[in-house]
Amino acid sequence: MSYIDDAFYERLVAAFSDWQRPELELQDLQIREQCRALLEREARLLDQGRYPEWLELYAPECVVWVPGAAEPGDPRREVSVFFDDRRRLEDRIYRLGTGAAWSQVPPSRTVRFVANVEAFRTEERTVLMVRSNFFLSEFRAGEARLLSGWCGHRLRRRQVGWEIEAKQVNLIDRDQPLRNPSLIL
Amino acid sequence: MNISTFSDLAHDWDALVREDRVHRSIYTDPRIFELEMTRVFGAVWVYLAHESQVPRNDDFVTARLGLRPLVVVRDSRGELRALFNRCAHRGARVCRAERGSARTFQCPYHGWSYFNDGRLRGVPWPEGYACDFKDGSYNLAQVPRVESYRGLVFGTLNAEAPELKEYLAGARKPIDEWLDRNPGGRVVVAEANRLKFKGNWKLAYDNAADGYHVAFSHRSLLETENRHAADPSKGMSFYLGKPDEAPMYVQAFAHGHHFKDKRPNVAQRPGALWEMEAVQPGMERYEALIRQKLGAKAARALDLAASQPVNINIFPNLSILGNHLQVFQPVSVDETETLWYATAIVDEANELAGTADAVNAIRMRTQESFPNFGEVDDAANFEEIQKGLAAVEDEWVYMHRGLGVAGRVQQLPDGSLRAPATDEVFMREHMKVWKRLMSSRPSLVAKR
Repeated sequence: MSYIDDAFYERLVAAFSDWQRPELELQDLQIREQCRALLEREARLLDQGRYPEWLELYAPECVVWVPGAAEPGDPRREVSVFFDDRRRLEDRIYRLGTGAAWSQVPPSRTVRFVANVEAFRTEERTVLMVRSNFFLSEFRAGEARLLSGWCGHRLRRRQVGWEIEAKQVNLIDRDQPLRNPSLIL
Repeated sequence: MNISTFSDLAHDWDALVREDRVHRSIYTDPRIFELEMTRVFGAVWVYLAHESQVPRNDDFVTARLGLRPLVVVRDSRGELRALFNRCAHRGARVCRAERGSARTFQCPYHGWSYFNDGRLRGVPWPEGYACDFKDGSYNLAQVPRVESYRGLVFGTLNAEAPELKEYLAGARKPIDEWLDRNPGGRVVVAEANRLKFKGNWKLAYDNAADGYHVAFSHRSLLETENRHAADPSKGMSFYLGKPDEAPMYVQAFAHGHHFKDKRPNVAQRPGALWEMEAVQPGMERYEALIRQKLGAKAARALDLAASQPVNINIFPNLSILGNHLQVFQPVSVDETETLWYATAIVDEANELAGTADAVNAIRMRTQESFPNFGEVDDAANFEEIQKGLAAVEDEWVYMHRGLGVAGRVQQLPDGSLRAPATDEVFMREHMKVWKRLMSSRPSLVAKR
């Protein structure tokens, strides 16, 4: 059952609009370090192909959104590179596990670098927005390449640590033809 | 004889394109690619853009005709034009934005400027020139023939090409049906999934009506679409089992166009298409909303949110499939872009009683499914073909499925050929067209 509806889209678009404001920057080093640790763990689990563990970092009603437009608009009115709710993320993982996802046979070897981590407060006390930059170095089928961009993570405080409610992955070349975008970003 | 190199053949296209096979070099030889950019892409109607990308006067979007950089513009008087994006002076691209709105284009290099119908507007310090800038010689060059068929904008450099409607031939019927099912009989472009692969453009066009590869190349998609189902009934599950015997068919038309019609696999009643749609983000809640608003009439709206089971391929560079307008854009002999323009419905007459936005909210997600879970695997296979074709002594690529098998290919009264959807007759037909074009010497001119 998908939980995506108009209210979900509206909250998502609002959350990812105009959130990197100077007055919302969070200076608390301890919290910023927690955010950085979470992002680094996410990068490691994806690099290691430990997808079920990776998905546990996410809230039950989550989304991974990779816009394709130069200026991302409302996902209800335009297609994205990815727009995955939890079930589609599980589909993505399932597909890679079939052994017949030829775009990942052989699988990519990756290392993800996470940097420039900044946290921003939101109107909700237990929710943060985190901006980070990434390099994704990939080797597959005899060739190496580099993907890069920045991510916005919307994090909600759990009893222990944080969970990811939404991730927006902004590839720097998202509006250009992408070669084999079959990795989980 | 081993045909190792292009020079062995001179221009013996009959040796390269046989009844049952084609020579590897048509996918690998850069000299053949260079000829294709004029003899194929210059000589026929090539898809350039959709009118919804330039809805108002002065709107423009960049495109390519073969490798020629274009600005497709609706000029200040409303006429569709395809300007060469190349300054008449030194050749720099005058328009660097991919889309926008502009009455004039000024070259950033020496400041020559042009009206958006291509006429030269002015050059800096004209007193330094002896020539007459008013005689038209220094206007932007442009594609002499640009026409729209129901929103699909095509252009050709060939004065002798038939009218666009005539060129589209039998493919007009499925295009009309594809459009007519939508409110107002039209769609608009809603962003795109843009992909590229290291392989020749014809590998994508050869694949466009291929019903033989699906059970293999898309096995991961078929398994994923049906992972929640007790019996495989979702998405493209009709390719499982014996696809040769399924009611779907492929039809090959004049000029290299073809149509793989999978609609006969779907029960002919409203709502049947929606029931086959694999799970997509948001489908349950939007379905509930649409049913609540439309009651017994919800089926038509839901079917518009599902993927339309057709592949309508217009040689050489357009494939209307599902709800997409897919454009094949050659980059070099071994690199191709495939641009999957998504489409949305527009319901100006409110045929769907206020549910069009909900339909589009699902339709965007259904359209992301195939590029993400299907096309990437085809592209990987296209790249593997390009690698495999490096084996010089193994010369042939076959397309003879169904050839010579009694009862498989049927000629219809309109001259088109019809065969099971797993037959390669459509490849053989478009390769005949390719051979005829490559053997020709079209007279191509840009106008100013």
